[in-house]
Amino acid sequence: MNTDLVLHPGLVLVLGGLLLAALRGTARQVFTLALPLGVLALVWQVPDGAVWQTQFLGHTLTPLQGDKLSRLFATIFALMAAGGGLFALRQASRTEVPAAFVYAGSAIGVALAGDLVTVFVFWELMAVGSTLVLWSAAENAAYRAARRYLMVHLVGGMLLFAGVVGHVHDTGSVAFGRMGTDSVAHWLILAGFLVNAGAPPLSAWLPDAYPEASWSGTVFLSAFTTKTAVYVLIRGFPGTELLVWVGLAMVFYGIVYALLENDMRRILAYSIVNQVGFMIAGIGIGTEMALNGAAAHAFTHIIYKALLLMSAGSVLMMTGRRKCSELGGLFHSMPLTTACGTIGALAISSFPLTSGFVSKSMVTQAAVDGHLTTVWLLLTAASAGVFLHAGIKFPWFVFFQKDSGLRPSEPPAPMRWAMVLFAALCIALGVWPEPLYALLPHAVNYTPYTGAHVVAQLQLLLFSGLAFFVMLPYLKRTLTITLDTDWFWRRLGSRLFSAVERGWRWADRAWRSRAVQGAQAVLRAVESRHGPASRLARTWSTRAMAMSVLLMLLAYLVLYYL
Amino acid sequence: MSTPAPEKPHWLDQPAHVKRLWRGFLVLLALTVAAQALVHMHPHFAVEQLFGFNAWFGFAACAAMIGAAKLLALVLKRPDSYYEEPRGASTAQPEAGRHEH
Repeated sequence: MNTDLVLHPGLVLVLGGLLLAALRGTARQVFTLALPLGVLALVWQVPDGAVWQTQFLGHTLTPLQGDKLSRLFATIFALMAAGGGLFALRQASRTEVPAAFVYAGSAIGVALAGDLVTVFVFWELMAVGSTLVLWSAAENAAYRAARRYLMVHLVGGMLLFAGVVGHVHDTGSVAFGRMGTDSVAHWLILAGFLVNAGAPPLSAWLPDAYPEASWSGTVFLSAFTTKTAVYVLIRGFPGTELLVWVGLAMVFYGIVYALLENDMRRILAYSIVNQVGFMIAGIGIGTEMALNGAAAHAFTHIIYKALLLMSAGSVLMMTGRRKCSELGGLFHSMPLTTACGTIGALAISSFPLTSGFVSKSMVTQAAVDGHLTTVWLLLTAASAGVFLHAGIKFPWFVFFQKDSGLRPSEPPAPMRWAMVLFAALCIALGVWPEPLYALLPHAVNYTPYTGAHVVAQLQLLLFSGLAFFVMLPYLKRTLTITLDTDWFWRRLGSRLFSAVERGWRWADRAWRSRAVQGAQAVLRAVESRHGPASRLARTWSTRAMAMSVLLMLLAYLVLYYL
Repeated sequence: MSTPAPEKPHWLDQPAHVKRLWRGFLVLLALTVAAQALVHMHPHFAVEQLFGFNAWFGFAACAAMIGAAKLLALVLKRPDSYYEEPRGASTAQPEAGRHEH
């Protein structure tokens, strides 16, 4: 076999990330850029079929396996690591980019895994890498958010592990293929996957944690965890109808919460859940068109979401502010950042000539082909809502609206270049989708640019824009947050814990004092009977003594005759 | 970051231009609906055959979502310091980020 010569791109990125942590100066910068590009080249060296195989506990593991779907996701992960590395070139934290590369490398590892054990190992490594990215922000809020983040992901990992063990027990095979919701084990695996996808009810981990990372950390975080979950769902659970409804719930959850949000990066975090919802709904529909759409949308989404978060990160870095209510009017002094952020916003809204238009519409088309009227209506309403909450709201409140008086300069060159490159990709994929379509897992029989589609989409989006500006008074930013399911573990959980602790302490104190009182009462009783001054211990008079003996003998006599 | 700006107002900041942008936008809206007459829309669902479906559906959907968000806010909105610990409660901050290497 010649396949031993093929390096594992994911492992190379993980190990390279660890090596990067030791490098300094120019060597570090060069390596930061060269490593992900080298990994991208390696991804394309991976042939179809099982490449690495080994025996483990009597099972055949396939740590490296290639096909079109795997390569598509591994490609975008490597590309994202490269773009993120460029953006974060000036990052002062020495752990963040290495941790991000470990994180990206393990995401590639999941995408190229041929068996569930390998999936699980890389899955957990991803949780470690992403937690370290979050930690690298070196702020108390980030540290605490990272602990909550890790907690949720360890729960997800536990579900996945239990599911994998059950699956191996049921089937005797570790191969990662299509599963149904036909056994407890598969339900557990599905639940583990959905935790990482940001599905309800645990979706709150995502908008809780991601906005707390550094200006560059959030860019990395936005890309890998949720899209890896999309990948494993495409491979493991295509056509599971439940996913249509889970996806739609995520779509509307993201929109409504983002509409109420004030933190610019949390708006974008909610919109990650929203966009992943489109992909999961597509996976639930499960036709070739829908799966292509989900995969293509994951690809384009990583690029435009990174672009949006890069523009937000630039604003954060240059102004130190993150609340919409404190921003505005930045287009005056940050025209390039404004332009790039706006291109990202148009792409997420699926405007014609941007990448979102050629990818998301395949999911909608699949709903049309399947005659799913309700699903189609909801997806269309949600498309309008994307423009509302991310497409206009984000650029409007950050770069335009009232003038905040801030005049920050453009960010440093590496950040500008990263934004320009990703903005160019958003437009290039929108104008020329064929290369992306060629990478998709199934043959593409779809033309995005028809007159009807363009007109319908423009109507939908522009009238959503009208709704935004007409209803702007209702969207004024306030210094508020909106409670989410994380309330259960951030507030109710800790309250319950301290209530139980308080109750225990009270019971403990009450029990102790009761016990002490009881013991004292016994001692007093003993004292009163047997103490030096008690009835039994004092010296009796002879008369009383003779009297009591007489009484006893009398009683004996009476008893004898009875 | 901010410098006291002795600059002349940007053209986007002038009310006359904003008004012109609004007019342009409304014309554009009308054009997208008018374009329906020129392009065959080949509707698939019955509801799509209604005139200007995507226009009014988009507007109505957005209005409904804003309404839903407002209703949700009545119940779930809190000051953004809601989760912050009371002063002095947070203990020593770990040296995150530097503890690794």
